[in-house]
Amino acid sequence: MRAAFADEIETLAAEDKRIVLLSGDIGNRMFDTFKEKSPDNFYNCGVAEANMTGMAAGMALCGLRPVTYTITAFNTARVLEQIRLDVCYQNLPVIIVGVGGGLSYASLNATHHALEDIAFLRVLPNMTVICPGDAWEVRAALRAALQMNGPVYIRMAKKNEPIVHSSLPDFSIGKGLIVKEGTDICFLNAGSLLPVAIDAADILHEKGISVQVVSMHTVKPLDENLLHDVFSRFSHIFTLEEHSILGGFGGSVAEWLSDQKGLQASLSRIGTQDKFMTEAGEQDYARELFGISKEQIAERVLKKL
Amino acid sequence: MYKSDNLEDISLRIRGELVKISNQANTPHLGSSLSCVDILVAAYWGALNVDPNKPDSPARDRLIFSKGHAATTLYLALNMKGFISDETLDTYATSGGILPEHPVYKSAPGIEATSGSLGHGLPLGLGVAVSARIQKIDYRVYVVMSDGECNEGSVWEAAMLAPAQNLDNLAVIVDANQWQATGRSKDITGTSSLKEKFEAFGWSSCDIDGHDVNALAKVLQKVPDGSGKPVAVIAHTIKGKGISFMEDDNNWHYRIPNEEEVKKALKEMGLT
Repeated sequence: MRAAFADEIETLAAEDKRIVLLSGDIGNRMFDTFKEKSPDNFYNCGVAEANMTGMAAGMALCGLRPVTYTITAFNTARVLEQIRLDVCYQNLPVIIVGVGGGLSYASLNATHHALEDIAFLRVLPNMTVICPGDAWEVRAALRAALQMNGPVYIRMAKKNEPIVHSSLPDFSIGKGLIVKEGTDICFLNAGSLLPVAIDAADILHEKGISVQVVSMHTVKPLDENLLHDVFSRFSHIFTLEEHSILGGFGGSVAEWLSDQKGLQASLSRIGTQDKFMTEAGEQDYARELFGISKEQIAERVLKKL
Repeated sequence: MYKSDNLEDISLRIRGELVKISNQANTPHLGSSLSCVDILVAAYWGALNVDPNKPDSPARDRLIFSKGHAATTLYLALNMKGFISDETLDTYATSGGILPEHPVYKSAPGIEATSGSLGHGLPLGLGVAVSARIQKIDYRVYVVMSDGECNEGSVWEAAMLAPAQNLDNLAVIVDANQWQATGRSKDITGTSSLKEKFEAFGWSSCDIDGHDVNALAKVLQKVPDGSGKPVAVIAHTIKGKGISFMEDDNNWHYRIPNEEEVKKALKEMGLT
């Protein structure tokens, strides 16, 4: 996803001189062409994320369109107050891009994991939260975010994730995308787990269960029309995310559901458990540890049905 | 709007209003508000290129008031300068009023940023100063901070980056009244000089009497100062400045004057 981001912002910044990219000393070489094409619009702010976020807000005060970029954990939890006050309270068009959402940096230990960031950012007034499901959604999300006139958080995975869409999807913020039609149950996926959700749906398909998979790339605002539709049509809804089941996308759907009348479908939240990982291990191992591998998801669904 | 060319006279009038407002609105932070009066008067009347008729002009100089707890000084300065109307000022700290006890961006003309949580103004100001370069507009940015605020790490993150970017259109003015909420600054974070700290970070820095309003104005006019560096003005001030029984008494960080004390203060200042 990060390569798609780098490529897309390079193109967009060449067209729109208001776009400024601020990096927290990350993205080694990835932005070389950006810097070549738009040298005045790139700032390596060093390992100083609080200042980077405040600085971006200052640029937005002047009509620029700053985009901050660093590892998700450091661009969210570490600078939560700067996001809350400088960006959200002042309602400024700053785009916060986190690279390495979820367990993308699993092997680096929980300092680099981002399993609570959606919960932190979605409760902030004025904030839009987007969790792209593949590289195409990253490109589309960035384009759409730049059309917004307020704070946007884009939560990416890292690199070489499987591609789900074959081209730029018909993307609107707040509108889920059906990526696989199905008739029995429905997966609502937010973000980096999308390829896993599709694989799990394939496993279930072999067992005779037809799963509709929706990319709910926008966690805030929720696509309420789509939610109404799927909670009316399907008997079982599963939310999926590479994020804690506390306060994330599943939590937000549960909040929505608790305010509805007459919807009979059941909701199950699939995400990481309320714990830190302390051992070594790559992303696939970490996903298994947290129970969100494709096999574990399929198994969980079968138990529920 | 208050017309005067005498900066000391403007400062005196703001101090009188500060004491009255603290009593009327029942709001604290009077000591901190009094200590930064001369800084704001020197900036608004002596240095800044601002026009109350064009508060959003892209070429205006910006003052980012980072020590938000002293908001009444900012409100009074903007009122006397013609940005904030008397009607708006009257809503200060009232239920549903326009002006809360800390400033909110866009609540009234001239308020360039939200503040209240310390350590946010300098990063914001840095972003505004960089924007001048990106957008090729010639303006200056003044960030007013407190010395207690320099406890915050974000101040020093910004202090590191600004000289690295050669932002000579950025100035910070530290209202160094040597007190913070619950104690002497030196007892909390040590005695080393702020001037030396900023210089070590690559700033052009000077110590100045923060109540010599004319001297302050001269220093603030000279931004950029020719060094190619951002400018840090360490304004040595007295908390509660101007009222004998409040000066350097940290009780007035939170204490609110009663009517007797207001009368006494105004009399002392010759404002009755």
